[in-house]
Amino acid sequence: MDWETVVGLEVHVQLLTASKAFSDAPARYGAAPNTQANVVDLAMPGVLPVMNREAVRMAAMFGAAIGARVNPRSVFARKNYFYPDLPKGYQISQYELPVVEHGTLTIDGDGAERSIRILRAHLEEDAGKSLHEDFHGMTGIDLNRAGIPLLEIVSQPDLRSPKEAVAYLKKLHTLVRYLRICDGNMQEGSFRCDANVSVRPRGQDTLGTRTEVKNINSFRFVERAIEYEVARQIDLIEGGGKVVQETRLYDSVKDETRPMRSKEEANDYRYFPDPDLPPLVLTQEFIDEAARALPELPDQKRQRFMRDYGLTAYDAGVLTASEETAAYFERVCEYAGAEPKLAANWVTGALGAYLNRDGLEIESSRISAEALAGLLRRIGDQTISGKIAKEVFEAMWASGKDADSVIDLRGLRQITDSGPIVAAIDAVFAAHPKQLEQYRTGQEKLFGFFVGQVMKATQGKANPAEVNRLLKERLSS
Amino acid sequence: MYKKTVAELLAALADRTISSVELTGLFLARIERHAGLNAYITLEPERALADARAADALRLQGGDAPLLGVPIAHKDIFCTEGVRTTCGSRMLESFIAPYDATVTARLKAAGAVLLGKTNMDEFAMGSSNETSYFGPVANPWDTGRVPGGSSGGSAVAVAAGLAAAATGTDTGGSIRQPAALCGITGLKPSYGRVSRYGMIAFASSLDQGGPMTRSAEDAALMLQAMAGFDPRDSTSVDRVVPDYRATLGRSLKGLKIGVPTQFFGEGLSPDVRHGIEQALDVYRGLGARIVDVELPNSRLALPCYYVLAPCEASSNLARYDGVRYGYRTPGHESLIDMYKKTRAEGFGAEVKRRILIGTYALSAGYFDAYYVKSLRLRRLITEDFAHAFERCDVIAGPTAPSTAFPLQAKTDDPVAMYLNDIYTIPVNLAGLPAVSLPVGFDRLGLPVGLQLIGRYFDEPLLLNVAHGYQQETDWHRHFPPEFE
Repeated sequence: MDWETVVGLEVHVQLLTASKAFSDAPARYGAAPNTQANVVDLAMPGVLPVMNREAVRMAAMFGAAIGARVNPRSVFARKNYFYPDLPKGYQISQYELPVVEHGTLTIDGDGAERSIRILRAHLEEDAGKSLHEDFHGMTGIDLNRAGIPLLEIVSQPDLRSPKEAVAYLKKLHTLVRYLRICDGNMQEGSFRCDANVSVRPRGQDTLGTRTEVKNINSFRFVERAIEYEVARQIDLIEGGGKVVQETRLYDSVKDETRPMRSKEEANDYRYFPDPDLPPLVLTQEFIDEAARALPELPDQKRQRFMRDYGLTAYDAGVLTASEETAAYFERVCEYAGAEPKLAANWVTGALGAYLNRDGLEIESSRISAEALAGLLRRIGDQTISGKIAKEVFEAMWASGKDADSVIDLRGLRQITDSGPIVAAIDAVFAAHPKQLEQYRTGQEKLFGFFVGQVMKATQGKANPAEVNRLLKERLSS
Repeated sequence: MYKKTVAELLAALADRTISSVELTGLFLARIERHAGLNAYITLEPERALADARAADALRLQGGDAPLLGVPIAHKDIFCTEGVRTTCGSRMLESFIAPYDATVTARLKAAGAVLLGKTNMDEFAMGSSNETSYFGPVANPWDTGRVPGGSSGGSAVAVAAGLAAAATGTDTGGSIRQPAALCGITGLKPSYGRVSRYGMIAFASSLDQGGPMTRSAEDAALMLQAMAGFDPRDSTSVDRVVPDYRATLGRSLKGLKIGVPTQFFGEGLSPDVRHGIEQALDVYRGLGARIVDVELPNSRLALPCYYVLAPCEASSNLARYDGVRYGYRTPGHESLIDMYKKTRAEGFGAEVKRRILIGTYALSAGYFDAYYVKSLRLRRLITEDFAHAFERCDVIAGPTAPSTAFPLQAKTDDPVAMYLNDIYTIPVNLAGLPAVSLPVGFDRLGLPVGLQLIGRYFDEPLLLNVAHGYQQETDWHRHFPPEFE
């Protein structure tokens, strides 16, 4: 049977506020355990929550960025369950009335743009962390994370393949970083994803029974976890079984999903409106202000790159995937006055590869935008050829020197004077009389051979166009 | 001195008739002598005397503060930094609060001297102070009887001269009912008037702290220090705090007092009814008009309250899990086992009953039938008051259906116990201010309390109406003879 994959994602985005969602403790990552938690975070008797205005502003900005409705009135609810890293015994979240509803995110699907509906985004607080290692059979609790504001972004089940799920997640990742509401660090858990996965016979309208896959903390794992889960569900159904609605944990080491808790332990969260927090009421002014504060969004930037720089959709997409990359590219163009396509090739090509190899972000690139621009200028004014430029680039990366220093130091300046090139041509003819003879008797494909030999003789420094022109001249004389 | 009001003590302190150290020493000695009343859970004699010395020194230097040097007590539900704060529970038997409640801090800033923390029903759940882990409190008018609850310790501390004034909290009547049963004045302010920060939560949408005093004037003095917006409590209201004493003494001529017929039906003891009727006569004598009003949905208040309060409590008390502070069971096999044993051993029967009721009512499949429906009832009850206040300025009636009852008389019958709060609970559901004041005694010599209910944030009028009565009568000056 032909099965269709149906995926919806729930993404938890840690908001980049200075203090926590409901207390004034700092929301810093990586501090010594339990040093970023105050009496409110510890749920001491008698403490009360107070909503962080900045977190609300960030949620409203996100709503505006996805064209969603930012609700003038939303309600905080308590999600009740016992766990040692949940100090109050409940999580403050939004249940029936979230702050953001009904937006869309456009992704590049297989071949065409696809619009993915976002059902809702709601504010809630993070839990602490349980540390099971190093405590000799006991569990350590670190409440630094407890109370950090989260925006939970819930998509409709509009994604049709693991690849689309990854595209959606990457797009969302790009967006929240553009908005500067999340640092997007998946290793540190600032950007986390759960997937609701089901399958159905292609053509069927109703949805199959879904499972929720948790603990997917990288783009690669999202794809693999969904692939695994889809295969598991298809095997199950084709073997005569039924998918059970349950929560499953993805194990990236074994590359499999397995049930997280049994049915008997299934929680009834007993949601009810939090009586400590009045409904969150946003004025139109506040909502408008958040919308006005939006930076140029990824899609807008991409369109502009295509329009103003004449880039392909693909190149523009790659360059605008992060705001830092886009800014780097624009600086290169500005300094170099270079052909944007050339700049795009270098940023997405060599630079991307080197950053990747050394595990660096573009902000800490060993070659600055100014330095790369310097290199591109030397290609443009024919001081060096594209081929030599690669060598220069590598030297720049290793030494931190600018392009001109590398070119001078290594004597890589391109030879455009006809004198030395003609001399080199004559030397090549003298060394290869047989080939010269063959060429002259009609084997014109040997022309390439001569070009190669001349380039070799000039250590690649000869201007290829000049070599071509002068070779033709000499051969026809 | 121990029988004097706060207003009188402030005058005596001001003209150096007595020092705060002497006064504090006097109260500490009386507390020790009458330890059998069990009004206090924790005493802070050294700290109290040190604070009193500081108050005296400040006064000597010409400094002043609204309650400078006045010894008071806090219900053990208010967090006090560095002082044990138990909430009447084994769960917090050795919990030292690491911070001050806003009320605690404000009274400290007003110069009040803290004598200690008073006994209370466990987590404020009770109407007789018998659910306290630290034992029952005796009523000074008859030590075989209950003082009411949950602020029983505070009521007794004030009634028996073991503090000049005290704080209490009121979720369904916990200030007013013990005030009535002990013959003192107790004010539950409007919801949002006094910060709940640091006041250990029972039912967040109903809890409100307030003063328990010897007079309405003292209630005004205490409320002045306690009230006001608190950025740490999102449910506190950002409204100017009026000068409560400034409006005391205004004429009650033309005042319209509404009397709800529903508060005089079945279950009201004849002696209490008689006391209330006499009090209304006093008001008539002061020029007030008595009008009938209707609160048709008030009979629904009790069932509504006993859904909403336990729902909120079941969640509020989830933090007592043995993980971070408070009681933890000594032996456990697993996390779940630790939770179960800790909470089974740390909480008393009434608290567990309410947690179970609340957990049940919030569960999937029951939520709409109980919680949502109760919210609707709550709105109806609130609207009843709004309608009634179209016809009157204050509402008057009994605070409790009976005077103080014998210890253990109702401990086996929760519903009989809950019925004690039948007249006070509607007020909490509506978020209105109300005061209970002593208006005489029954045939057994036990105090009768009159409840006055005001419009939202109309504490000034409410206190003036109570004060007017106390200018005309001396019931509030009566003192339990055995404790003279």
